[in-house]
Amino acid sequence: MSIPNDLFYTENHEWISMDGKEAVVGITEHAQEELGDIVFVELPSVEEELDQFEEFGVIESVKAVSDVFMPAGGIVVEVNEELMDQPELINEDPYGSGWLIKIEVKDKDELEKLMDSNEYESFLEEE
Amino acid sequence: MNKTALFDEHQNLGAKMIDFGGWQMPVQYSSIIEEHKAVRNKAGLFDVSHMGEILITGKNSLSLVQRLMTNDVSKLTKGEVIYTPMCYEDGGIVDDLLVYRTEVDEYLLVVNASNTTKDLRWVKKNAELFEEVEVQDKSDYYSLIALQGPISREIIQPLVEKDISDLKYYNFLESEIAGVKAIVSRTGYTGELGYEIYLEDDDAVTVWNALMEEGSDKGLKPAGLGARDTLRLEKALCLYGNDIDETTNPLEAGLSWTVKFDKDDFNGKSELEKIKENGVQRKLVGFIMKERGIPRHGYDIKIDNEVVGEVTSGSYSPTLDENIGLAYIDKDKALEDTELDICIRKREVKAKIIETPFI
Repeated sequence: MSIPNDLFYTENHEWISMDGKEAVVGITEHAQEELGDIVFVELPSVEEELDQFEEFGVIESVKAVSDVFMPAGGIVVEVNEELMDQPELINEDPYGSGWLIKIEVKDKDELEKLMDSNEYESFLEEE
Repeated sequence: MNKTALFDEHQNLGAKMIDFGGWQMPVQYSSIIEEHKAVRNKAGLFDVSHMGEILITGKNSLSLVQRLMTNDVSKLTKGEVIYTPMCYEDGGIVDDLLVYRTEVDEYLLVVNASNTTKDLRWVKKNAELFEEVEVQDKSDYYSLIALQGPISREIIQPLVEKDISDLKYYNFLESEIAGVKAIVSRTGYTGELGYEIYLEDDDAVTVWNALMEEGSDKGLKPAGLGARDTLRLEKALCLYGNDIDETTNPLEAGLSWTVKFDKDDFNGKSELEKIKENGVQRKLVGFIMKERGIPRHGYDIKIDNEVVGEVTSGSYSPTLDENIGLAYIDKDKALEDTELDICIRKREVKAKIIETPFI
């Protein structure tokens, strides 16, 4: 199970990578595996402002509907349009081409509420 | 939680297991879409041992079965199978099932796993009206493996003692398979050529592995309940608990062909006759999404802002690469090409009624 060590993780299995003020958000390898074949993605509009842990979209696999939540509050600056036609990218490359949105994080301190890769790994073992 | 005799095989194959009607069943092995396509193009192997089996024997077994079922079971000869709803007096559906005529005075009912207890109670209650008839729960006795797909005959024939090349749809025979006793039935829930194999629990692993070995070079894949659901939906086959239940009747569910008013009295006959005379209130129809969105069980359906129905089943269709569903729609609106608005979360998403089966 791949858990990159430069990302932060939520208990709902989203990841966030910080690079300056901008951050990329996606779901983890574990999350995509649990969902199975992903066939539909609904994402917010650019410029939408959302709070930490607020729902920002929906991912549907053949069998399941699953909400996704903001790892940190901020403004959406870009959404992954490729996913509209190729939602399976989330299965194939959840930490790369299967990213969901890019956000401008408002308060970096919120990241302290998230898990680092070690903590997420233990969290998965307990779950 | 019940486990089938094949539980360890599923674990070894890396299946993801779910609770289904009190049973631990494989929902998928690799990917629902891959398994679905394997069944449409080659073949898939399903463990459906969770299905319930009820054996009815005795001189009056046919009379009891005829009272219980809406379809005409008297037409069956030994070796034939029939699909039928079983109704309450009010016309609501207790279950939908297969009836096998295994002997002159012996019928095997194959029922939905989650309904087995309820069905058994209902069958036994009706049996009190008849002398010389016995009802037995055989669910723990049988394992059931379904081999489905266009190449399933090639895979199964080398293992079956008897020649099955002439075995017709909805017919079965008793034969050895991989050296063990079995009932081989040309039935299934995928709309493809296929066989369902009834075995004693102790023989299930032998036959499962023999079929996997015979088929793996030819493209056979193990397939789970996830693919079973998308496969049946593309063929618009009803799923009990989704599309039909105690609050629906066979006439509105598009199952009129299984209700034989010209046979003697049966449970629900007079109510169903009334419904037929007055016309159904709603109809089960198929629809396809015209905008992005996946319909799911329970979503409301509107036309001109008015609720006209509800989704009963919906999914991505791997064969069509489209999103499809089944829904009950008010009778006046249940016409082909009618545009629908499916209420998906906070949005209304366009769909259109189309002819079924979808493929």
